[in-house]
Amino acid sequence: MRDVAVVSTATRQEPKMLDTEPELMIPLINDARDAVGLTQADIGFTCSGSSDFLAGQAFSFVMTLDAVGPVPPIAESHVEMDGAWALYEAWVKLQIGEVDTALVYSYGKPSPGSLRDVLSTQLDPYHLAPLWPDAFALAGLQARNMLDSGVTTTDELGAVAERAGKVSTMDEYLAQPMLADPLRAADCPSSADGGVAVVLAAGDRANELTDRPAWITGIDHRIDAHHLGVRDLTRAPSAALAAEKAGVGTDKVDRAELHSAFTTHDVILRRDLGLGDEVEYSPEGGALTADTMMASGLLRIAAAADAIALGTADRAVAHAAAGPLLQQNLVCVLEGA
Amino acid sequence: MSEISIPESLRDLEPVQSIRTPIRMEYTYTPGVAAQAYLKSFADKKILGGVSPVDGAVFVPPRGVDPRHGVATTDYVELAHTGHVGSYCVTKVPIPGRDDLTLPYISAWIFLDGANIGFLSLVGDIDPADCRIGLRVEAVWKDDDELGKTAENIRWWRPTGEPDVPFERAGVRSWQDGGPRA
Repeated sequence: MRDVAVVSTATRQEPKMLDTEPELMIPLINDARDAVGLTQADIGFTCSGSSDFLAGQAFSFVMTLDAVGPVPPIAESHVEMDGAWALYEAWVKLQIGEVDTALVYSYGKPSPGSLRDVLSTQLDPYHLAPLWPDAFALAGLQARNMLDSGVTTTDELGAVAERAGKVSTMDEYLAQPMLADPLRAADCPSSADGGVAVVLAAGDRANELTDRPAWITGIDHRIDAHHLGVRDLTRAPSAALAAEKAGVGTDKVDRAELHSAFTTHDVILRRDLGLGDEVEYSPEGGALTADTMMASGLLRIAAAADAIALGTADRAVAHAAAGPLLQQNLVCVLEGA
Repeated sequence: MSEISIPESLRDLEPVQSIRTPIRMEYTYTPGVAAQAYLKSFADKKILGGVSPVDGAVFVPPRGVDPRHGVATTDYVELAHTGHVGSYCVTKVPIPGRDDLTLPYISAWIFLDGANIGFLSLVGDIDPADCRIGLRVEAVWKDDDELGKTAENIRWWRPTGEPDVPFERAGVRSWQDGGPRA
C-alpha cells in the first residue's frame, strides 16, 4: 500500500447561502490548492461528491467544474454521494500509483428545498417512498426502538446534545418540545449550506507539501440493507465492520469526528466504533450543529486532518454516513508522523 | 430459483404490473451573485458580461467564474446590443409549452460585440432561408413598460443590414487553442 495523506483543507458552512455552487466552491478549491502551492495543472486526479436532488437541477455537478478550472482537460470523476466517498475513490486512484496528488471536494445547499422531504426520495420506491416518511420521523422511529430496548436513555441523548452545544443544561434539553417524539429539537441536526475541499498526496510528495501530513492509515466503507424493515435500527453493523477493517481499535484514539446528525446516531456510532469517553468528540459541534448534506462526511475528515496538522491529535477517526438511518458508513483513520 | 408461493386469497387476483408514485418537490432557487447582477441590469436594458482576471475574456451571461481557469470574475462590463450569429438552427416542430413561438423559428448562438462566448437566443424578422453564420444582428427589446429583471426583455435578434462577419471569424471560429481569447 502507498502512504496517502490529507495535506490541506478548506471549509465553509453557513445556515443559508445565496451563492451558487460554483461561487461557493471557487474560493475553497483555490484556498486548498494555494495552501500547498499547487495549481490545477499539478493535480493528478480530481473527484467530487454532490447531489442533483439538493440543487434541484440535473447534472449540477458539471457546472461546479467551472470552479476547478478544467481546461486543458483534467482527469476527473464524480460520485452522487458524500464527498467522503469521493475521497475514497481518489485514495484508490492514488493506490494504483499513476498519480501522486488529488483534489477532492463536495458541497451541498439544502436551503433551497425541504431536506427532510427530499431525503424521502432515497427510500425504497415501492413500499416506503410513496408514504413520504420525512427524515426526522424515521429517526424518531429509530429513537423509540433504542429507548424502549434500553440501548440508550433520555439522559444519554441529552448529554450528547449538551456536548455538541445544542443546549447548555440538561434542564434546557428536557424542557424542549418534541420534534419527532421521542426526539427533541436538540436531538436533530441543524442544516447548513456548505462546502469543503481537500488535497491528498502520496508518499514523499505529501512530505514536500506540508510539515505534518495527516496520513490515512486505514479507510473502509460498508453498507447495510436498504429496507429499514430488515435492519436492527439500534445498531450499525456496517459501521462496526468498516471501523474494524480501518483498524480503529488497534491503538488509542485522540479525536473522533463522527457524522452523527442525530444524538441517537452518536450513541450507536460510539458503541459500534468502540470509542470511549477518553476520546475528544467534534469540539466544534460537528454534524448535530451544522449538517451539510453531501459534505458532512468529508467535513469530518477535514476536521480530523486539521487536528492532526495542528498537532492537537496524533491519531484521529473520521466517519461519514449515507442513506437512511446510518445505512452506509465510511471510517477513516488519520495519523501524524 | 425457488418457486414463489402466493397466499390463497391473492391467487386469482390480477398481478401488479406497475405502480404510480407521484413525486413533487419545491425549491426556492437563488440565482447567485453574478446572475443577480446580470438579471437586475436587464431591467435597465443593460447586458452585463463577466471579465476574466486572467486575460480579460468576456463571458455572457456571467456565471461568476472564468470556467477555463477556475477563478472568480468580479468585474463586469456592459456589452453592446449588437452582435452576430455564430451558429443557428431552424426548428419546424412545436415545443410543448412554447405557444408563443411561430413555426418555423430560428434559435442561434449570438456572439455580442465585445463578448468571447455566445449565448442562445432567437433570430426574427428574417426568412429562415436567409439566416446564415456571420449575420449581423441587433436586439429587439420589449417596450419599456414591459421590462423586468429577465433576459426575456429581448424578444429576438434582427438583421442590421451590415456586412456579415467573415465565416472564418464568426462564432467560435475566432477561438484559439480550443477556447476563447480576449
